[in-house]
Amino acid sequence: MHFVPHTDAEVGQMLDDMGLSSVEELFEVVPAALRLAGGLDMEPGLAEADVGGRFDAYAGGNRPVGPELVCFAGAGAYDHDIPSVVNRLAFRSEFVTAYTPYQPEVAQGVLQALFEYQTLVCRLFGTDVANASLYDGASALVEAVNLATAATGRSQVWLSRGVHPQWREVVATMAVGTGHALVDIDLDGGLTAFPAEGAPGAIVVQNPNHLGCVEDVATAGELARRLGALLVVAADPVSAGLLKPPGALGADVVVGEGQPFGAPLSLGGPYLGLFACRKEHVRRLPGRLVGETVDTEGRRAYVTTLRTREQDIRRERASSNVCTNQTLMAVAFLVHLGWLGTAGLRELALRCARGTRYAREALLAIDGVEAVAPAAVLREFAVRTPVDGATVVDRMAEEGFLAGVPLGEEYGGGLLVAVTEKRTKAEIDAYAAAFEKVVR
Amino acid sequence: MGREEEPTLFELSAPGRTAASFRATAVPEWTAEELVSAAHLRDDPAPVAEVSERDLVAHMTRLSHRQFSVDLGGYPLGSCTMKYNPKLCDDAVARTGLAGVHPASPPSLTQGWMALLADLEQALCRITGMAAATLQPPAGAAGELTGLLLMRAWHGANGEDAKRRRVLIPDSAHGTNPASVTLGGYAVTQVPSDDRGCVDVDALHARLDDDVAGIMLTNPNTLGLFEEDIVAIADAVHDAGGLLYYDGANLNAILGVTRPGDMGFDIVHMNLHKTFAVPHGGGGPGAGPVAVTERLAPFLPGPRPLRRAGDGAYEWVEPERSIGRIHSWHGNALALARAWSYILANGGDGLRTVSEAAVLNANWLRHRLRGTYDIPYDRPNMHEFVASATNLKKAGGMRALDVAKRLLEEGFHAPTTYFPLIVEEALMIEPTETESPQTLAALADALLRIARGTADDAHEAPRTSPVGRVDEARAARQLIPTWDARPQRS
Repeated sequence: MHFVPHTDAEVGQMLDDMGLSSVEELFEVVPAALRLAGGLDMEPGLAEADVGGRFDAYAGGNRPVGPELVCFAGAGAYDHDIPSVVNRLAFRSEFVTAYTPYQPEVAQGVLQALFEYQTLVCRLFGTDVANASLYDGASALVEAVNLATAATGRSQVWLSRGVHPQWREVVATMAVGTGHALVDIDLDGGLTAFPAEGAPGAIVVQNPNHLGCVEDVATAGELARRLGALLVVAADPVSAGLLKPPGALGADVVVGEGQPFGAPLSLGGPYLGLFACRKEHVRRLPGRLVGETVDTEGRRAYVTTLRTREQDIRRERASSNVCTNQTLMAVAFLVHLGWLGTAGLRELALRCARGTRYAREALLAIDGVEAVAPAAVLREFAVRTPVDGATVVDRMAEEGFLAGVPLGEEYGGGLLVAVTEKRTKAEIDAYAAAFEKVVR
Repeated sequence: MGREEEPTLFELSAPGRTAASFRATAVPEWTAEELVSAAHLRDDPAPVAEVSERDLVAHMTRLSHRQFSVDLGGYPLGSCTMKYNPKLCDDAVARTGLAGVHPASPPSLTQGWMALLADLEQALCRITGMAAATLQPPAGAAGELTGLLLMRAWHGANGEDAKRRRVLIPDSAHGTNPASVTLGGYAVTQVPSDDRGCVDVDALHARLDDDVAGIMLTNPNTLGLFEEDIVAIADAVHDAGGLLYYDGANLNAILGVTRPGDMGFDIVHMNLHKTFAVPHGGGGPGAGPVAVTERLAPFLPGPRPLRRAGDGAYEWVEPERSIGRIHSWHGNALALARAWSYILANGGDGLRTVSEAAVLNANWLRHRLRGTYDIPYDRPNMHEFVASATNLKKAGGMRALDVAKRLLEEGFHAPTTYFPLIVEEALMIEPTETESPQTLAALADALLRIARGTADDAHEAPRTSPVGRVDEARAARQLIPTWDARPQRS
């Protein structure tokens, strides 16, 4: 099936109107040698119901998290409860099928939603300004590194190994183009051990880090100031419910992964890159920015602003090439957080931390299971296991648990375990019992 | 849409209002201080908002009523391909078996997803005439940068990365192209268009040398014109040792008709949120897969879902010379799945019909508007064409901007304006294939009516939208990017 409404009669009439006799004539501009003889070598179109059948098969070939596979996996993607309002509101077709708000008069819905989203990101992170979203946490980190190196004129970047390994991989891929020199900074006892001297343009720390540990952002901030670098903090929006905001601890740029609010796990995308910074860096802010203004009759109105930063105007002088971003996921973030509210965000973070402590104590009570780091954790922690992490995950899957994410060799192996507000005591107890069985 | 201001969530808040509820877990209720040292803890809760669920729902619903969308009416935006977003695609991805899958799951638990991604990759390669693809880039611009990094890797493997520092781009190119070139570590060399609106082949030859890494082209180009000399262009660039990059923004014109691979392109990006009906979401999420010829496949970002020999199960495989990850996981997976459902519904035959109708609609509109609007390149176009308001401006002061704002009053979204840069007072019009003859006639009539109106009247437009023309200068001059940044009233 296709979605082209024209009847044969209508096509004929339109061709007549143009003095043409066939649709083929419209493609005479394409050299004959380039034209596909038999069309595309693909199966013919399916009816709606048959597409559904194919997708039932694809879906049936996966094991999603749920009662049959209780989720203790994190590493940047978390199994949080998404309230019903998110689907009903953020995924209204007026938002879903809207275009980028280039004509603000008919786009006040999206623009105001983005303005409110930007406000929330700044409130959570303690920053002056936030953009209207980037692709994911990793790409937000790339943009932060680009901003910091441009602002300081220095191309060296200190990247804590506490930053998610996959984010660091993306930064490394992009550094081939920008020429930045990336220096990995080791962890000691689960926390970043930055050198005391050097001339980096950016110092990057993640909080909580990949091992789930709460880092000392304030000290990193002092170091950055002393060395003349910018501090980039990769922060988590859930832990913003409990932790001092990075903006208050010396962060110049704060990035994050917004998936916990409004985005299902969905094999890793679409997620949401959060990007915020101090106002002195606003001219280097990547991506879109919504601002408040008025219309010709004095009504409050919203519009994309500081557009001269962007690629369509700066072209080869642009500092970022971002055009399409993750607007709809930003709207979902707004709805989810709006539903949680001030008290709910704190309660959420607290429940994650409680479940995490309960699970950590239960696992550490198992023979042969040891903590990787002693530092405080909020929603995730790392353990060494008597059998390797991947084997634990495979065996635990048979027991009905997605046990965690195997820790990379750079961390000495083991398993990363995440516990959100969804996990009950009964689930954690059953998880620990199964864990004990599979590592025996 | 009414003109009543909608308060922000923050104005709707009242202390103590709450909407959230939390499941009963029986987990011990340690306090914050028992869990994290006081040095790390916030003093006060992070301010968010304090609204009831009912008020949140009313607020977002009212916001949705202050918003134009494809579901409401036509968006003839050139190079955006604002086609109808089929609802079967929404439902295709609403399955727990897709949306509920953790990205770090072992492959044994994600065979369905891996098969879906592999099937999509194969179809995209068939459509474009390429050999292999990455689905990781989450947008067209990300795809462009991926393509440029692939170019660097290719030349680097041949020991020529240091030498080849320039990328050619036509003067009609979309802004993301040169921006991506810079981020890729290259310098832009602009190639002028000739008086037919196509790449000036002589000028191209003059700019080709062995320090050129490649060329980025769209075909049809941003004027909606097919680059008839594409084979000669490809030969020239290849002869100079460069690669050809295809910006797939305009792929909607040629589905089932011709393929970038056959034209000689080495690297192709596609915009799934254009050609393959993934909804725009107000500005994303989209998806920008990049397909390559066989010789570039080893450099693709990884990991890729490939079938192993033996039992045929899917595994994640790093290409041997991979440029590395582009995305934290596997790209905008749900958007990729939507595009696949769209391709399955259309099939090869349906996709050909898409392009035929897209090109038919655009040409029909051009015929209706010529004589009233300037058409700088008044010859058969493809899925879009560029008109100009230059004659209207000279005659009575009506500019492309005014035409656009008047069109908002007529129940349509405006076309793309002031792009491409090589046409003055440009109106880039792409109706897409999903608009019926009646809708097209209504759009044409509206544009003709606007042209016959006065500039003074047009300057007042739009009058029926939630707000009138906004003060963009003020927005930049007195930056207010958050509710909390508003100047305090004394």
